[in-house]
Amino acid sequence: MFRIVEKSRFSEKVYRIVVEAPRVARARRAGHFVIVRTGAGGERIPLTIADADVQRGTITLIVQAVGASTERICALETGDCFDDVVGPLGRATDIGRRGTVLCCGGGVGVAPLLPIVKAMKEAGNRVVSVIAARNKDLVILEDEVRRWSDELIVMTDDGSYGQKGLVTTGAEEVLQREPVDEAVAIGPAVMMKYVAELTRRYNVPTICSLNTIMVDGTGMCGACRVTVGGKTRFVCVDGPEFDAHQVDFDEMIMRMRAYTTKP
Amino acid sequence: MSDELTDRNAPWRCELRAALPAGERTAIPRAVMPMLPPEERVHNNEEVNMGLTPQQAVLEATRCLDCPAPGCVGGCPVGIDIPSFIKNIQRGDIGGAATVLSRSSALPAVCGRVCPQERQCESRCIYLKMKKEPVAIGYLERYAADTARAEGCMAEPIPHRPLGIKVGVVGSGPAGLSFAGEMAARGFDVTVFEALHEIGGVLKYGIPEFRLPNSVVDSELSRLASMGVRFEKDTVVGKTLSYDDLVNAGFSGIFVASGAGLPRFMGIPGENLNGVYSSNEYLTRINLMGAGRPGSMTPVEKGHRVIVVGGGNTAMDSVRTARRMGAEEAIIVYRRSMEEMPARVEEIHHAQQEGVTFMTLHNPIAYIGDDSGHVRLVLLQKMRLGEPDASGRRSPEPIEGETVEIAADEVIVSVGVSPNPLIPSSINGLEVTRRGTLAVDEHLRTSLPLLYAGGDIVRGGATVILAMGDGRRAAQAMAEAILAEREQP
Repeated sequence: MFRIVEKSRFSEKVYRIVVEAPRVARARRAGHFVIVRTGAGGERIPLTIADADVQRGTITLIVQAVGASTERICALETGDCFDDVVGPLGRATDIGRRGTVLCCGGGVGVAPLLPIVKAMKEAGNRVVSVIAARNKDLVILEDEVRRWSDELIVMTDDGSYGQKGLVTTGAEEVLQREPVDEAVAIGPAVMMKYVAELTRRYNVPTICSLNTIMVDGTGMCGACRVTVGGKTRFVCVDGPEFDAHQVDFDEMIMRMRAYTTKP
Repeated sequence: MSDELTDRNAPWRCELRAALPAGERTAIPRAVMPMLPPEERVHNNEEVNMGLTPQQAVLEATRCLDCPAPGCVGGCPVGIDIPSFIKNIQRGDIGGAATVLSRSSALPAVCGRVCPQERQCESRCIYLKMKKEPVAIGYLERYAADTARAEGCMAEPIPHRPLGIKVGVVGSGPAGLSFAGEMAARGFDVTVFEALHEIGGVLKYGIPEFRLPNSVVDSELSRLASMGVRFEKDTVVGKTLSYDDLVNAGFSGIFVASGAGLPRFMGIPGENLNGVYSSNEYLTRINLMGAGRPGSMTPVEKGHRVIVVGGGNTAMDSVRTARRMGAEEAIIVYRRSMEEMPARVEEIHHAQQEGVTFMTLHNPIAYIGDDSGHVRLVLLQKMRLGEPDASGRRSPEPIEGETVEIAADEVIVSVGVSPNPLIPSSINGLEVTRRGTLAVDEHLRTSLPLLYAGGDIVRGGATVILAMGDGRRAAQAMAEAILAEREQP
């Protein structure tokens, strides 16, 4: 069974859950995700792996309660078990020595960004991170990201913490002042869209990690399909990371509303 | 194996043959499968075919002439001793009939339901030469398997002396289960790894309840478990466990039966609109995740006018499911004519009885959405049949300028599947064909000596029984190879 060994609350709707999954902990790399399922009739939910501890055999998941299934997950307590945790799925991030890497995270997107920040730093890059949230209470993993970054800029929409403004404001500040070799953007689709538009203007290759709707997560169903460079790709097996300049974000945003606009 | 159950010259069997002249037997009409009435079944998920009654089964078994050189056996991909199991039904030994079946097939209750018998065993029946309907072998197989299970009269498998040799199976669909049964019967220590949270592969996520109830699959699975087969769900070989992990864990052989998971799309405009599903997604949401049933948290759209693109069994499963999900209109759109349709005739008939409409010689060329990005119209190209292609099928070609637009609020694309890239892309040195399937030799061995493969990952999209045949062949080849190696000094 996949027992929860730690649970803590980051903000009103965001929780950190550490769960026993020794095989996943051993095999995972930055960029991978898992699919979890809990309770009778439970939905299969994809979640990015924020961290892993091979010795303890655990992985760390950051979950935001946004619907019935994620609310059910967030209601689990230490000692409770997930019925299923399967992974690591997707392709791992291509980590390498690029020079300067700009890592942008929005909302809970900071959780999947953290292992990439860490891996990019360990690969010998200068890492400048920009993390953003609507307000001070929603800023997560600030200390962890700071620890693995040469510099960290925190942005809040309302200015209640760090600088006031969107993630793109902080990112542009960096792009204007120094050469950047690669950018990574993870967060809500609309945030990644605007980061991609920004970095395109500066000719900076940019990777994004997509969090589309999935069912099986192994290439079987195609629910997660997106258009990248004019071609249909499956996020679960071809991604979750893609060239942000090639992704059709408008289509992705439309597809993410599949079960909200129509009951 | 020759014994009392299968010996054609056993006294009981000679008596059966002598009891009724062939002329009288061939005069008996073929059994008609009792079915739920269409108007009732479109409102539930109950199995459509209800199974033969005992009287029907014995009468149907009596029709079988017990040929000395039976053609039917040659038509069966797993080589079931068909006359022997049928004659055991006729003499009233249902346990014996089920035992005969279990010697060749790990899943007789499944095969009796979903095999295309009309193209296999039944297509070689002597009755066809007499211009009569063949013996209903599939109905009888199902009858024997179901009855033996219900009455608990099937002989328990005789456990083989454990060899202490570990073998692994990737995927718990028909190929993997068939392999597992064969290897367990030979005394191997078998572990089946499944990526999903349920065991059964396509039998669970793909084939709907009304054609193959999950309870039937589960009882076949518990029989395998009682033979010592272990199942590990939530395990993606190539991801959760690598090939090296399995070798290091002492597996002497691995059979890859990961299926043809990847759904194909047509690459036409609007295919990524909301409301456009692959048949895999649609069926998985409903069959595996229970979408639409009380208590399930997985959503699925319930279209009023549903278009299903394709003419295979999966298309029929999808369109019939759509009717059961409440679609007032459910339409098959197929680019060739009824004659070329690859689905089983029985499935097409069942779909027609259930009010499904067929638009043949039409092919979608675009989907048009509303402001929210949801499909509302399908643009169809009218087609005609041209000259036969290399495969002998007349290939469809568009009639220039003739298109038609029809309204639809849900589309299910069922135009085939591609091999799942997960295994080929995660194991180094594994040779892959141009089509993305695994390359194997005549023993179903891949380019890596410990690894064998079969089913759709090799065939690229076939049937349950062909996959099972592969499982059986691979088991035989792998067992011989491993045991031969052990005997070497």
